[in-house]
Formats: sequence, C-alpha cells, structure tokens
Amino acid sequence: MTKNYTPEKVVSQNLLQPKQETIDFILAYSKALRIFNCEVVSFELVLN
Amino acid sequence: MISKVLTDSELVRDYISGDEVALEKLIHRHKQKIYAFIYSKVFDRDVTEDVFQDTFVKVIKTLKKGNYNEEGKFLPWVIRISHNLVIDHFRRNQRMPIFKVKDDFDILSVLTDGSRHAESQMIKDQIEVDLGKLILQLPDDQREVLEMRLYRDLSFKEISEVTDVSINTALGRMRYALINLRKLIKKNNVILTD
Repeated sequence: MTKNYTPEKVVSQNLLQPKQETIDFILAYSKALRIFNCEVVSFELVLN
Repeated sequence: MISKVLTDSELVRDYISGDEVALEKLIHRHKQKIYAFIYSKVFDRDVTEDVFQDTFVKVIKTLKKGNYNEEGKFLPWVIRISHNLVIDHFRRNQRMPIFKVKDDFDILSVLTDGSRHAESQMIKDQIEVDLGKLILQLPDDQREVLEMRLYRDLSFKEISEVTDVSINTALGRMRYALINLRKLIKKNNVILTD
C-alpha cells in the first residue's frame, strides 16, 4: 500500500508563541490606556 | 495554601475592575492557541506577531469600554477578533501586494517597464521609416501582397481573393517580396534592429 508522508513541520508547536516583547507591549498598552465614556462619545487616552 | 485557578470569566471581570495582572494571566493562558490560529492562516511569523498584538489591543479597548458581554466564551471571542484581523490583513494586501526581498533575489531584476524609453522609441520609428522606403522599391505585385499581409493583417486566402490570384501565387509573391527585401537591406546596408 502506498505510504503517505506528510511534510516535516517547519515550525514546532512549542515555537508557536508570541515574542515576550509583544506581550510586554500589550501589557504596557493596557496599563497606559484610559477610556472615558462621555454620553455617546468615548475618549481614549494613552499615557506615557 | 491552595490557590484557586480563576476562570476566564473571573479574570475578565477582575481586569475590567482594574486588575492588570488578570490580563497577563489571560494572555499567558491562551497565547499559544491564539498565536497558532493566526499563524495557521498567515504562515508568516512577523504578520502573526502584528495580528496577535492588534487582537489584544482590540480586546483591551473593548473590555475597557465596557462593551464586552459574557454571552460567549472569552477564547472563541478573541479568536473571532483575530480571524477578522487576518481577513483585514489579506484584504489590505490584495489592494497593495507586498513583495518581500530575499537575500539572493532582486525583484528589480525581473520587473520591467513595458513601455519603450525615448531613445528606443526613436530607433523603432526610424526602422519603420527605413523599412517603408525599402518596401516601396519592391515590384508592385510583391509590395501589394506584403503590405496586405503585414500592415492590414489579411490572410493569404483574403489576399488571393482581393488580388484575384490563387493562394499559392499570393504565397509565392510574399516569398519573393521577403527575399528581395533582404537583398535591398543588404545592398543599402540598412540596420533594422534596435
């Protein structure tokens, strides 16, 4: 019977993770972001 | 002391209440699944990083605005956001395709501008003028066939009907026209290449 081969996975599952710097950016962004809801308008403020 | 593992809903609630650590926990809990999902669509690490980042920027904004509802589960909701961003990415690239330059390949070596530059156009015009003068020196019957074939794009059947000769005669006249044209080119020392 014909044997089916699958191509070797180039990227290991363990490597499929975001870089730490990406996560750091997201967390820093979250800490810096303030949102003020003012009736129908919402203001986004990113603090440095 | 055994610490209780908080559910996604509890972490989301804590985050909305201002607990930034809750977001960190959510990201670490789901980062691999979300990242792998995005990568499975785009097959590019850099694009995956960008989409992953944009996904959580959107998640953060939605949660902070208080627009998140607990109807669905957190992970499927985030996956849906990343899916939409992947679609946006492909739409954007369709409008403006990006070609990444590899080390051993220069895109400019295969991309050419189809239009002629001024010098090349002048040479082409000159060749056409020279050729026109040479054609005028051919015997009338040969010149007639050659002009109908080359300039009016008639088939030899049509030429034979117009000139009231057989197809073979038309073909013969064309053959002699080309032979004589080559002789004239040689005799006049005309260069017909650019």
